[in-house]
Amino acid sequence: MIYIGERINTGFKDIKQAVLDKNPAPLQDWAKKQTEAGANYLDVNLGAVSGKPEDMIWMIEQVQAVTEVPISIDTNKLAILKEAIKACKKPPLLNSTTCSKEKLDPFIEIASAYGASMIGLAMDESGSPKEVEKRVECAGMIAAAWMEAGQPMERLFLDPIVMPLKFMQEQAKLFLEAARQFQQLSDPPPNISCGLSNIASKATEKKLINRTFMVMAIASGVNAVILDVLDVDLVNAIKTGDLLMNREIYADAYLQKS
Amino acid sequence: MQIVDVKEKWINRINTVTIGATRAEGGTRARTVTVGGETTLPLLTFEGEIPNPPVVAGLVVDVVPPDWPDALKKAIGPEINSPTEWAQKAVKQFGADLICLKLLGPDPLGKNLPADHAAKTVKALLEAVDVPLIIWGCGDLEKDNVVLPEVSQAARGENCLIGPATEKNYRTLAAIGKADKHKLIGEAPVDINIAKQINILLQDAGFDIKDVVMCQVTAALGYGFDYVYTIFERVRIAGLKGDKHMALPQIANVGWETWKVKEAIADEDVLPGWDRLDKRGPRWEATTAGGYIQAGADILTLAHPESIAITKQTISELMKGDQ
Repeated sequence: MIYIGERINTGFKDIKQAVLDKNPAPLQDWAKKQTEAGANYLDVNLGAVSGKPEDMIWMIEQVQAVTEVPISIDTNKLAILKEAIKACKKPPLLNSTTCSKEKLDPFIEIASAYGASMIGLAMDESGSPKEVEKRVECAGMIAAAWMEAGQPMERLFLDPIVMPLKFMQEQAKLFLEAARQFQQLSDPPPNISCGLSNIASKATEKKLINRTFMVMAIASGVNAVILDVLDVDLVNAIKTGDLLMNREIYADAYLQKS
Repeated sequence: MQIVDVKEKWINRINTVTIGATRAEGGTRARTVTVGGETTLPLLTFEGEIPNPPVVAGLVVDVVPPDWPDALKKAIGPEINSPTEWAQKAVKQFGADLICLKLLGPDPLGKNLPADHAAKTVKALLEAVDVPLIIWGCGDLEKDNVVLPEVSQAARGENCLIGPATEKNYRTLAAIGKADKHKLIGEAPVDINIAKQINILLQDAGFDIKDVVMCQVTAALGYGFDYVYTIFERVRIAGLKGDKHMALPQIANVGWETWKVKEAIADEDVLPGWDRLDKRGPRWEATTAGGYIQAGADILTLAHPESIAITKQTISELMKGDQ
């Protein structure tokens, strides 16, 4: 599993305040905690706090001062992405583009230039798809453009789009079916990622829903997740899922932190 | 017609482990030996990097094993009765890259020699040769727990490779490895899950697994070789795919295992039609070693001078790649 730590996001009050005050401590604290918990990427999201690339760069620099873990640049604004990527010490993950050509092409161009990885959302300008077919069509367009640019599939992440269980109950099942079909898009297959917390949005049993859905997603081929990497039960369920899918070699001490 | 590119791309590199310490590094070795660092499966030089070709460790035993055939003893020479002279000959004449000392003497089922005897042997060996040293306990874990700490202390600072660390004694081995600055061999009984387990346990005991070489318990050709082969291979594939607990160099104790099996030790009157023992034995050992090179072994321990020569030649031929 590729773990993308979600916590450095101005959607969280402490991070928002830290960015407004230019106070590095909360960002660095979360960067260290998520690194220690085993994150493979640290997502950095400026959100609506500011539209200035220099604010995003400031966030990335604070994180990189305390960890070697590569950054996931969480923005759909090209102007921010173009500047922010220059500040990354290691090839980052671009999070994210849709399959709309005007967005997809520049994203791929930037990823190619920097050897970066990229998340492609299975949606277009008309919004989130409701059917499996539309998701596969969008994902196919992204994968084809990526391959045409000569980029290796191991750096492409396709996201079938998680919708809230509470409000769109029929969608979870369609996500799983789409993930299953994404695996057929290429050989070797692309990475299949999901923004997990959306599934439990506004629901009561958030952690249980996250965990249960994640295990089902693993069985459907998902191998990358944006998550609360400090949720030990969730991470343990993922590790167990990876064993059950024969992705990792079993050892009695497999849950031991290392 | 376009030819499809079938090259595999792996995402991870196998750890490199350096054995031995020069004077500048706090030891007394003339040179060190580094293994590992591969980014591809064995011998696929066209596909990735193999910065360190497999190495051959000359097997030296403190007490000559009772089953060893005269043909082997004769090939090694009268030096077989002195570990120091044997080690010198293995380096100078046989061409071993380093020495693997098997401490059979302390075995309670054999001579049951005390720990200080083993420590003296190690000290003498370190003075006699200036190549890096691998030290292998007798295998009786209770006795090893007494012997290996003394041996480790005697070789302090020499950055030896010491083992075996198993599920039962890993704490002792982790402690001596840390205290005396040695590398460790993690050993599992032909079981990939336990192999991974030991690495997790060693790490949990505070020992960096970047300083560990894995041993899957070696089987000689004809005695479960195929089982061990697949474990070597699966370990390497998992390591290259990114499992950090499996991305470790591996050692095959070929000499020790080969000179126990009837094909390598039984005379031609016992095995008619199997050719002369003096030819058959080293071939059995070299063939087993060749198999383990393909499986992914980074270190091969060998006893017979002829099989050391054959194996060294095999390595140099195979590592030439497609040039």
